[in-house]
Amino acid sequence: MKGKVSKLWRREGAQSVAASLISILIGLAVGAVIILIMGLSNPDLGLGTVWEAVRLEFLGLFSTGRTATGALTFGFNPVSMGDMLFRATPLILTGLSVAVAYKTGLFNIGAPGQYLMGTAATLMLALGIPTQVVPAPLVWLIAFLGGALAGALWGCIPGLVKALLNINEVLACIMTNWIAANLVSWIFDGSQFRNLAESTKSAYIYKTSFNGVQTAKLGLDQLFPNSQVNGGILVAIVIAVLMYILMNKTTLGYQLKACGANRHASRYAGIADKRNIVLSMAIAGALAGAGAALYYLSGNTEFYWNTYQSLPDVGFNGIPVALLAVSNPIGVVFTGCFMSMLDVVGQQITNLTPYNEYITDIIVATIVYLSAFSLAIKLLLRGRRKRRLEEAEGGKSGPVDAPSAHAPATDLGRTGKGGGEG
Amino acid sequence: MTFLIQQTMLYAIPLMVVALAGVFAERSGIINLALEGIMIFGAFIGVLFVNLVQQAGVFDAAYAQDNWIALQGFELLAMAVSALMGGVFSLLLSFASVNLKADQTIGGTALNLMAPALVLFFIRIIASQNTLQMATGNAASWFMIQKSDFGYGRNEEMGFLGSTFLDRTYLATYVCILIFVLLAILLYKTRFGLRLRSCGENPQAADSLGINVYKMRYIGTTISGALAGMGGFVYALTTANCTANGDVAGFGFLALAVMIFGNWKPLNIAGASLLFGLFKCIAASYSSLDINGDGVFLLNELGISSHFYRMLPYLITLAVLAFTSKRSRAPKAEGIPYDKGQR
Repeated sequence: MKGKVSKLWRREGAQSVAASLISILIGLAVGAVIILIMGLSNPDLGLGTVWEAVRLEFLGLFSTGRTATGALTFGFNPVSMGDMLFRATPLILTGLSVAVAYKTGLFNIGAPGQYLMGTAATLMLALGIPTQVVPAPLVWLIAFLGGALAGALWGCIPGLVKALLNINEVLACIMTNWIAANLVSWIFDGSQFRNLAESTKSAYIYKTSFNGVQTAKLGLDQLFPNSQVNGGILVAIVIAVLMYILMNKTTLGYQLKACGANRHASRYAGIADKRNIVLSMAIAGALAGAGAALYYLSGNTEFYWNTYQSLPDVGFNGIPVALLAVSNPIGVVFTGCFMSMLDVVGQQITNLTPYNEYITDIIVATIVYLSAFSLAIKLLLRGRRKRRLEEAEGGKSGPVDAPSAHAPATDLGRTGKGGGEG
Repeated sequence: MTFLIQQTMLYAIPLMVVALAGVFAERSGIINLALEGIMIFGAFIGVLFVNLVQQAGVFDAAYAQDNWIALQGFELLAMAVSALMGGVFSLLLSFASVNLKADQTIGGTALNLMAPALVLFFIRIIASQNTLQMATGNAASWFMIQKSDFGYGRNEEMGFLGSTFLDRTYLATYVCILIFVLLAILLYKTRFGLRLRSCGENPQAADSLGINVYKMRYIGTTISGALAGMGGFVYALTTANCTANGDVAGFGFLALAVMIFGNWKPLNIAGASLLFGLFKCIAASYSSLDINGDGVFLLNELGISSHFYRMLPYLITLAVLAFTSKRSRAPKAEGIPYDKGQR
């Protein structure tokens, strides 16, 4: 039994999972420390609120509110659980977007822009095609594909300037983000899609259910009553599996990854490097656009169209989702759920304590910071393991620890040059 | 015209300083993608400092007597504090990228996520809303230099130069220009500057000549953080009426673009930031822009959507990057963690 565990431990994947779990724990601990500092330095808050906020930070998903006496209660909360799955849907897809680009050596910080363009296309198609003429499920499909296509086209722009003019994709992505933010407000400003029926709402677009278009619930609403969950989460999981197959089991995936590892060597090997760079950004964009489509086609979400002042967080949160999953498409499903759980936690903290939801953003940022040197953490783990093995086997250090010598070439080394080509 | 020049300066000067911040980091070999985050953090620290000092009542007497020299000192103090804390914040980046050899792009992104999160978390608790303001009054009444400070009456004219460069300006703008010039000289005309730049071009060679590459990279990134933090506060002071809300509208990223467009050289950067400042100014105030002073608001009357003007700075950046990418020459070793054992 012990031998099996240590064999599992030696595998790259297990170490990645361990490194990610450590990052998460440290992130949560940092959040707790900041709550503690804030609570102690402010006499109005006090230790009682700190203890409540920290408990919610770790267990907020299972929070069921307060008892009559004011104590926090915990238990199975179907609304939180269902909402977590619903909010995980776009996060999984933007996470996949960043992950696929990262595997091919590109840092896709343009997911917010691609997400916005996907949103605009989806909403215009879902609301613009009359369901009296075209059946609603077909409109859903058209709008979904349209969102993905718009995202893909928007992702092509940084891909093209990177491939043809060698402009750093990070800068190009950031510029296209802000251009998208203004373009989307421009598209909806004065358009027929603005929600004028409900006069209390300003600057919102109609829900797609206004036109009878919404994602099927597929029975999930019975599992998690009163929550927003729908079949979108299953679509997202299917897409994640497809991406896993594309990246790891097909020639195209191999070519994309080869270009990321070394563009010039791939060209020497007969791979069209420029085409592949554009293609991988297009795929990344399509994924982010699909995420937007699934979120806004649910029928119970509204889009605030005055977007020019800020970019959607979902796009940026794709970065931690991908990094935490070490760019593994299957891992993204789980880290996406973790991130949306943090979202729910933040909501509970805001509702039940004097603290606010930004604490979860701090946790996320800490996790991203740690994943920048996850390699160092992994080496540390490996070193400890090695030492313990040596102690156990009495100095007989076998070929077990050979990987540590060439480990830096494995995952982060590839992207070290990511921003260095401006 | 006066209005146009003043507004352009308000946008161009912080941009220029923050672009120089980028140069210091990149010349030492560290990609500082965190400029945006450090600006947000610096803006928050500066505004918080102003707020706390006002609550303590330190400058109340000076304000009551309209002692504008003391108030300018207050402004400089706030700038210094935000620069200090910007430098401290940037240590997170240098620690990750120098000591732990982390991916600098991800490290910078982490700081960009961290800054608004921290800032908004604190602001929400301190102010119970998402914007932190000055405790009393506004930036104009406390910090703006006005013609009455020079003994001019309400109806007296100061002449073109006076009304453009003295009336209704901030001392911070001129301090930034001074710092820009001094630091550009430091980077390009001194021994220290040469050593710093050598760490961004060929750190192995620099190390072989006895230069401590790690130390130089720490210094470069810390200066970068200090400049960006100060730039963030100056931006908040002059364009956001001394308020902080966890956002500088992509200014840090624009500064990075200015740096690349300016080819990592101070004079080019100064020119580039004036150009970008002009476009930012047009985007912000196109509807009230009277270019030649004849009472005709030309840009407004063209009938182009305001969304287009707001998009313009970013569109121009992308276009400019596309045209200049062929001759742009980044520091050779930027973004590559320095490893002593590597050949």
